Amino acid sequence: MKTPKVLVLRAAGINCDQETKFVFEKAGASADLVHINRLYKNRSMLSDYHIFVIPGGFSHGDDISAGKILANELRFNLGREIDSFINDKKLMLGICNGFQVLVKTGFLPGFPPEKGNANHQQLVTLISNDSNRYEDRWVYLKLSSEKSEFIKGDSILYLPVAHGEGKFVPKDKSVLAKLKKFDQIVFKYVKPDGKPSAVFPFNPNGSVEGIAGICDHTGRILGMMPHPERYSDAANHPRWTRDGLKKMPDGMRIFINAVNYAKENLL
Amino acid sequence: MLWYIEIANKKEYPDPSGNDVILNAHDLNIKGISRVQAFRLYLIDADIAESQIKTVAEELLIDKVTEVYSVNRPLSNPGKSTHAVSIFRKPGVMDPVEASALKGIAELGMKAYAVKSGRKYLVTGKISSKNLETLVKKSLANEAVDDFFFGQKEFKELPKSKPYKFRLVTVPLLGASDEQLLEFNKQYTLSLNLEELKTVQNYFISLDRNPTDAELETIAQTWSEHCKHKTFAGNIDFNGAPIQNLLKGTIMKVTQELNKPWCLSVFTDNAGVIEFDENTAVCFKVETHNHPSAIDPYGGAGTGIGGVIRDILGCGMGAKPIMNTDVFCVGLPDMEYKKVPKGALHPKRVLKGVVAGVRDYGNRMGIPTCNGAVFFDERYTGNPLVYCGTVGVMPKDKINKASRAGDLIVVAGGRTGRDGIHGATFSSVELTHESETVSSGAVQIGNAIMEKKVLDTILQARDKGLYTCITDCGAGGLSSAIGEMGEELGAEVELSKVPLKYEGLSYTEIWISEAQERMVISVPPEKLDAIMQIFNEENVEATVLGKFTDTKRLVLHYQGNKVADIDMLFLHKGVPKSSRKAVWEPLKFSEPKIALQKNYNSVLKNLLSSYNICSKEWIIRQYDHEVQARSVMKSLAGPEYGPSDACIVRPVLGSRKGIIVANGMSPKFGDIDPYWMAASSIDEALRNVIAAGGNLEKTALLDNFSWGNTNKPDRLGGLVRASQACYDIAKIYCTPFISGKDSLNNEFATEKGTIAIPPSLLISAICVMPDVDKAISMDLKKEGSFIYIIGMTRSELGGSHYYALNGCIGNNVPQVDARLNKDVMEKLSRAIGEGLALSCHDASEGGLGVAIAEMAFAGGLGAQIDLKAVPVEGTNRNDEILFSESNGRFIVEVAPEKAKMFEKFFKGLPVGNIGRTTKKDSLKINGLDGKTVVDAGLKELKDAWQKPLKW
Repeated sequence: MKTPKVLVLRAAGINCDQETKFVFEKAGASADLVHINRLYKNRSMLSDYHIFVIPGGFSHGDDISAGKILANELRFNLGREIDSFINDKKLMLGICNGFQVLVKTGFLPGFPPEKGNANHQQLVTLISNDSNRYEDRWVYLKLSSEKSEFIKGDSILYLPVAHGEGKFVPKDKSVLAKLKKFDQIVFKYVKPDGKPSAVFPFNPNGSVEGIAGICDHTGRILGMMPHPERYSDAANHPRWTRDGLKKMPDGMRIFINAVNYAKENLL
Repeated sequence: MLWYIEIANKKEYPDPSGNDVILNAHDLNIKGISRVQAFRLYLIDADIAESQIKTVAEELLIDKVTEVYSVNRPLSNPGKSTHAVSIFRKPGVMDPVEASALKGIAELGMKAYAVKSGRKYLVTGKISSKNLETLVKKSLANEAVDDFFFGQKEFKELPKSKPYKFRLVTVPLLGASDEQLLEFNKQYTLSLNLEELKTVQNYFISLDRNPTDAELETIAQTWSEHCKHKTFAGNIDFNGAPIQNLLKGTIMKVTQELNKPWCLSVFTDNAGVIEFDENTAVCFKVETHNHPSAIDPYGGAGTGIGGVIRDILGCGMGAKPIMNTDVFCVGLPDMEYKKVPKGALHPKRVLKGVVAGVRDYGNRMGIPTCNGAVFFDERYTGNPLVYCGTVGVMPKDKINKASRAGDLIVVAGGRTGRDGIHGATFSSVELTHESETVSSGAVQIGNAIMEKKVLDTILQARDKGLYTCITDCGAGGLSSAIGEMGEELGAEVELSKVPLKYEGLSYTEIWISEAQERMVISVPPEKLDAIMQIFNEENVEATVLGKFTDTKRLVLHYQGNKVADIDMLFLHKGVPKSSRKAVWEPLKFSEPKIALQKNYNSVLKNLLSSYNICSKEWIIRQYDHEVQARSVMKSLAGPEYGPSDACIVRPVLGSRKGIIVANGMSPKFGDIDPYWMAASSIDEALRNVIAAGGNLEKTALLDNFSWGNTNKPDRLGGLVRASQACYDIAKIYCTPFISGKDSLNNEFATEKGTIAIPPSLLISAICVMPDVDKAISMDLKKEGSFIYIIGMTRSELGGSHYYALNGCIGNNVPQVDARLNKDVMEKLSRAIGEGLALSCHDASEGGLGVAIAEMAFAGGLGAQIDLKAVPVEGTNRNDEILFSESNGRFIVEVAPEKAKMFEKFFKGLPVGNIGRTTKKDSLKINGLDGKTVVDAGLKELKDAWQKPLKW
C-alpha cells in the first residue's frame, strides 16, 4: 500500500517541525521538512503531498503579532496553491503558531462561500491570554464536532498548551453563530468531567466560549492551540507515573486519523 | 519620510499590558492610578504615500479584529489627569522587530529604510510627576537600554550613525611608568594587573614598537579571568601550603582518576561530552551571566541562555540543543525599595526580568527549559547570579574538530554592532553603583530567531561535512573565537569585511564586539560554495573574513592596513602565572538554643512559605518545557503540582533511553564551611538523580563557582576548601566532572562598603537512564502505603532553613558521609529499578517535615508519620528530626505487599518505616513521646507553599 506524504513547513522561528515530522511518521506517513523558501522556488511541489502542516513555534519571532508575517507570506505567495490543495480534498493542519497563521491568512474559519464575501478575510483572531503571559500547562478538551476530517465524535482529550497569545476571539456575534451553525468548532477547553468552564485554568487563556480549535467548512483545514504532537508517547503525560502508560496517547489519535483519511481518500 | 503609527486595542477588548502596569505600580507602592492604556508604536522611515502606509498598518501591523491605529497623530488626546510616556530602545540597541517589519513591508511590495518599534502608556489618575518617573524608571523602562519621553513626543527622523574614518591608534606603552600602565588599564577597561601589564610592555619592548589598541584589547580579552581562569590555574598559597593548579589538582583530577570510558570529551571543548548510546553522545554546559544581568536582567539572562546554546552548537562539530536549565540567585523580593543600594535594581524586578529573558529566548529557540532553581539571599541584591545551562545531542563521530591551514574563516549569523563591548573584561571586575552607566555598552539584547536560523543551517552543514571546525562568538567576540581556533596555526583577517549593523565602528570595536548570534567556522575553500548555498537558502548571512595560516601569528587588517600582528604563542601562553594567598579559618557562629514547641504546624507552614522552598510554578509555566516532545518528567509532579526532584527527557525520540538532569546548591551552608557546602551540593544533585529513578554508574557532574573577590585571601581560602570537597566527595561517589566554569569577583561596592555574595557553587548532574519507563515521581500515590526514610538524620541544622526562620546560622553544618550515602543511593537505585517504590523524594531544604508535606499535597493524599521510627544519631529533639537538613536521605513510598522485598535492600543501613499514607486530607506527625506535633490540612500546607511567588 502507498504511504501518504506530509509536508511539514519550516520557516524562521518555526520550532516544532521535527517532532511533528516524527508523529506523522509514527502514524504511518512519510514526512518531509520543507523550508518556505524552497516552496516559493517550486510552488508546484505542494501538489506532491497529501497533508500540509504549519507546526508550532514563533515564526519570525512573532514580532509585530503572532504568526502575522508568515501569514502574509503564505497569503500573498501561495494562496492559490493552498486553495487548490484543499479543493483536491487534501488536509491542512495548523498547530499553535500554525493556527495563528491560519486565522491571520483567513483560511480559517473558511465559511462556505457566499456571494459578496471575499475569500480569505480575517474573521477571528488569537490575542494575548487574559493572564498576559506565556503559559505551558495541560488542558482538557471536549471534542464536539462531526466536521473535521482529523478527528470526529464526542470525547475528551488531554493535551498541553504553551502560548502567550491563544485567546480565541471572533470578529462579532455573527461569526460565532456561523461557526456553530456549520459545526466548525472542533475543540473547547473544559473541566476534567467535560463540563464547560470559563474559569482559569480550565480555560487557560480566556477564549470566547472556550474555543481551542476550529476547522473550515470542508472539515479539511484544522487549526488548534493545543499541541497534539507533544503527547505522542505515553510517557509525555504529566501523571503517567501514577496513572500508568496509556496505550493510545491522545495526541496520536489526530495524526492516525489524518493518515488514515489520506490512505482512504487520496491514494 | 518618517511615519509614526500608534496602535491600541479596540475599547471592547481588555488591555492586559496596561493592567500589568497598574500591578507593577502597586509593587512600587505608587497609588492613585485609575487606568493605564498601552499602545504599540512604530516609526517607519520610507518614501511612500499615506495610502501606502495605511496598507502597511492594516495588512501588517494591526490585528483588524481587535485593534485600531492612527498615523502621525495620537489615537486619543489625553485629558488633564492623564500622562503620556513613550519608550524606545536606545539607538544601537538590538530591536528584533525591525528586521521582521522590514521583511513584512517588503512582502507588501514596498521598501522601507528603517523601522523602530516602541511602547506608549497613557497613565490616568492622581500621580505626582516624581512617582510617574519612578514608575517608568523602576518598572517600564531600563535606562541602560531604553530611552523614554514624557508627553506626546514628535519624531522628525531616526538617529543616523556617523561613518567611521580609519585612523590607526597606538598606545604608548614603551617607556610608560607603572602609574601610566595602570592608567591605560583603566582607560581601555583591560582588567589586567600590574605584573600582566608589564609582561605586555616587555613583549612590545622586544618588538621595539608600541602596540595598537587592537593588539592591547586582544591580549586583555584573551588573558581575562573570564577566558583564562587565572585564579583556578594559578599558584595559591593556602595556609602556607603551595597549590600549583587548583583545577587540575581537584576537579579535573577526579575525572582523570575515575577514567570512565563513557566520558568522551571533558574540560577541553565548549561543553563536556558523554556517551548516550551506540551512535549518540550528549553534551552539557552551564554558564554564568551574572554582571550583564545585574544591569539589564532581561537582556542579560536572554543573552546568557543564547550564549550557552551557542556553546552547545559549537561543541565538537555542533550539537542540537534539547533542553535548558536555569538557576537564579537573587535578593529578597519583599525588600523595601528604600533599602535597595544605589545602582542596584530591586530583586523583584531582577527576578521578573531574568525569567522573562530566559522565557523569551528559550521559548523562541524551541528548546524546553525544564529544570532550574531559585535561591534568595539579600547579598545577591546588587550582584544577582544567572546560571544558564543547555544539553545537546550529537552523533558520536562529530565530537572532534580541527581547523587546517588554508581553511577560510567564515562568520555566520547576526551582524556586528557596538553591543557587548568589553563583556569579558567587565565580567572580571567588581560591580559598583556606576556600572549601570559606565558599562551599559556591555549589555546585549539577543535575537533568538537569528540564532534559531543559525542553528538550523549549521546542523545541515555539519551533516554534509562542509566545515572542519566551529566555535561560538561569546565573550571576546571574534577576537576570542578566531584567536582560539587559530592558536596552533595562525590567522589573517580583514576586518572591513565583517557585516555591520550600522556604520561607525572602529576596527577594534569590530574585533572585540560581543554582538550575539554569531558563529565562526573554518571552511575548506572547495566547500565554500556548498555551505554558502545552505546559508543563502534560509536567509542567514555568512561572510569570509580571512583564512587560517601556518605562521603562528594573528594578523589583522582594516581596509588593507595592518592593525595587529602578534605571536599566537605569546597571546595564549604569555600570561604570567598568578600567585595568590588563601587562608581558611573556621568561622564560629554560636549554636542557638531554640525552645521546643508542642506543635510545629506554623513552623512547617512558615518553612513551606520561605522563598527558597516555596513553589516556583509562576516561573516554570512561563517556560515552554514540552517543546521537542521529549519530556518524561516535568518540574511539577502529581495532580496538585508538587516539586519534582529532577527532569527527564528522551534525547532520541522513539528510544526508551533518557537522561536525568538535576542540580544541587546550598549557599547557606557556605557561610559556615564552603567544604561542606560543596559536599552537600554534590550530594543533593545526586540524591535528585536517584530519587527520579537514576543511577550513580552513569552520572556526570558540572561545577559552576560564583564567588566573591578571590584576591582577598579569605574568599580564596573558601574556594580552595570547596574545590577540595569536590575532589573528595565526587571521587567516592565515582561521578566524574565533565565541564565547569567560574565567575569570580561577584561583589557589589556600595557607599557603605562591599557586599560579597555567599559562596555559591552550583552542581549540575546528568545521568543516562536505560529505560525512562522506570522513572518515579515524588507525589504520594496510594492510600495505605508504607512510608520509609532511608539515611541517617543527625543534629545538623547549621545553615538550615529552620535556623534561618529563627534568625540564626549556627555551626553544625550538615556533613556528607559519602561512603554510607553511596551505599544507600546504589541500593535505592536498584530497588526503584525493580519497581519496588511508588514515589520517592529527597529530604533537603526544610528536612523531613517539608519533604513529607510536599509529597502529601502533591499527590493529594494524607500521611501519618511517627518520628520515633526515624533512624537518628546524636539527637532526641522533635524539631531537629523534623527539620535537620542532613544529607543522604530519602523518603520512599512502598506498597505493603512489596515492603519485605524493599527492606531486604537496606539491611544494615539506616532505614525506618515511619508511617502510612492515608486518604485523609491531612498530615499528622507524632513526636518522640507519641504526642502529635504536626496536624495540618493538606490544603493549608499547599496554600502556604504556593502563595509567596504566585505573582
